[in-house]
Amino acid sequence: MTVDKKILKELFTRTLKTRLFEEKVWDLFGENIVPGTLHLYLGQEGVAAGVTTALKDSDWIQSSHRGHGHVVAKGADMNAALAELLGKKTGSCKGKGGSMHITQFDVGVLGATGVVASGLPIAVGAALSCQMRKTDDVVVCFFGDGASNNGTFGESLNMSAIWKLPLVWIVENNFYAMGTPIKLTCPSSTVAQRAEGYCIPSQVVDGNNALEVYEATVEAVKRAREGGGPTLIECQTYRMKGHSRFDPAKYRPQEEADHWLSGEKDAVNVIQKIAIEQGAITEKDAEKIREKLQKEVDKAGEFAKKSDFPEPEETLDDVYAEAF
Amino acid sequence: MTEMVYREALKAGIREEMLRDERVFLLGEDIGLNWGGAFKVTKGLAEEFGVERVRDTPISENTIAGAAVGAAITGMRPVAEIMFGDLITLAMDQVCNQAAKMRYMFGGQTSVPLVLRTVFGGGKNIASHHSQSLESWFMHTPGLKVAVPAFASDVKGLIKTAIRDPDPVLFAEHKLVYDKKEEVPDDEYLIPFGEAKVRREGADVTIWGTFIMLHKALEVAEELQKEGISVEVIDPRTLVPLDKKTLIESVKKTGRLVLVTEETKTGATTAEIAAIVQEEAFDWLDAPIKRVNAPDTPVPFSPPLENYFIPDNKRIAQAVRDIV
Repeated sequence: MTVDKKILKELFTRTLKTRLFEEKVWDLFGENIVPGTLHLYLGQEGVAAGVTTALKDSDWIQSSHRGHGHVVAKGADMNAALAELLGKKTGSCKGKGGSMHITQFDVGVLGATGVVASGLPIAVGAALSCQMRKTDDVVVCFFGDGASNNGTFGESLNMSAIWKLPLVWIVENNFYAMGTPIKLTCPSSTVAQRAEGYCIPSQVVDGNNALEVYEATVEAVKRAREGGGPTLIECQTYRMKGHSRFDPAKYRPQEEADHWLSGEKDAVNVIQKIAIEQGAITEKDAEKIREKLQKEVDKAGEFAKKSDFPEPEETLDDVYAEAF
Repeated sequence: MTEMVYREALKAGIREEMLRDERVFLLGEDIGLNWGGAFKVTKGLAEEFGVERVRDTPISENTIAGAAVGAAITGMRPVAEIMFGDLITLAMDQVCNQAAKMRYMFGGQTSVPLVLRTVFGGGKNIASHHSQSLESWFMHTPGLKVAVPAFASDVKGLIKTAIRDPDPVLFAEHKLVYDKKEEVPDDEYLIPFGEAKVRREGADVTIWGTFIMLHKALEVAEELQKEGISVEVIDPRTLVPLDKKTLIESVKKTGRLVLVTEETKTGATTAEIAAIVQEEAFDWLDAPIKRVNAPDTPVPFSPPLENYFIPDNKRIAQAVRDIV
């Protein structure tokens, strides 16, 4: 596949933006102003960037519990996203959701969810809706390797296949479900193999290479839009941090971590190198893009910090369309 | 007005909404061409509207409910059927964590206009997995509305309201009321949620109950009239929202209250109603509130056992006599 230079630049920009956003979250966490817990997307940015660059604005994504990156890559307002993580009134969910429910519906995010594997059935319904309303929109569902052990995985893949839904299943295989390595929970060497039983075409790609992810997604989205049904793409990747807030991830073998967390495998470095080699950007462009994005992210951080907390009585709002 | 059974009135309501709004569609196990629903509620609708809009699904309760969620948040009006209320246990995440909470945890960004139809209750000798009355679980879940139609003239107007409601509705039916006949209006009518109906006026004691117990209560009221006891019978029609006003006014008039449902006693809807009445009408009570429920056991199979389990007219009448 020949990839347009504009696309390469976009892939670099989205990967970097997602990275800088998460680094900002990490800094705010360091300041001890992020309530609750966090599931950082750091390390997996190539997946969100590669997938979302292959979508149009009206396509939908279903996120997971590790959703900051999905939302930012799909084009979320970073002010509202960061404000949500700090529990502020100006947050996209008015401070009702936080990290695990970070969502911006108006840019096509169906929701992030705190229940692992609960997004898959929702993606089935959204894709059914796209099909029944005769739009050419597709739905992409992100979930982790851990989710593929849940019953909804089988139910949802099956339903998507029998109804030929316009759906792309994205498995972000970071090899650990919290602290449990995949080799203890999955008998096959890839998650992708599981799709075969549902007659769903599948592919394994390097999730730290946004271009590889993009190319696989373009093909899957094309199939989905043309009525060819779902595809499963397993994006192999790795968390830069632990599962959640206070997890140092000491259970991962040093050699494995060194390999995945090397500069050579880093998602930002990988796509920057490709974009420069293919003449899409120069080193100087890359620096400029980084500076611009850093400014945006810093501004969003300031916005979030300065925003007010909700009034306590707002607890009672938005349970139903109309209170009774 | 036309006399029809509950099942037919319910189907007529669904049919009218499908004719009115092409976004309305049905999904569930065996609801379509070959079977027409386990209780034949949807019989004939697949022939009329096609198998796209009356969609048979695999046996995948969690994904049936989840698909309804995904379709609802992207512009459709799904009416999902869970064949037996007991099987909602397999869909609890989608019903209680997703559908019920999405509006709230996403800060009002989205509505979840879905209806989940299911059927509760015993009396058919089909034992512990096909006979339970679980409505209190859903009354206990903020974000859900809960309809409990017990009469043919109500079920049509309530299903139409449920389908048009912007919030998720658990629409509970009962196996033994499907064949109950009543005059049903021919013209279109909607019954607002949160409005109880006084099924019989009386002066000495109020009976509040649900489903088949209301039919029994009306028989008991007729009997007791001969003894000079005047019984008022109230059907809440929806548990969420709950019409407290009609109930409280009735208790203020009669000073006595008997609560009758087929649920097992501990934590049942009747416990909540008793608590509300003592909070809001304590000074008007002339006797302790009586509860008539099933014992705290699973639903048994053998006819003498099940007959013992389900409250009968005798027990209801005795509860009334105890406090008059």
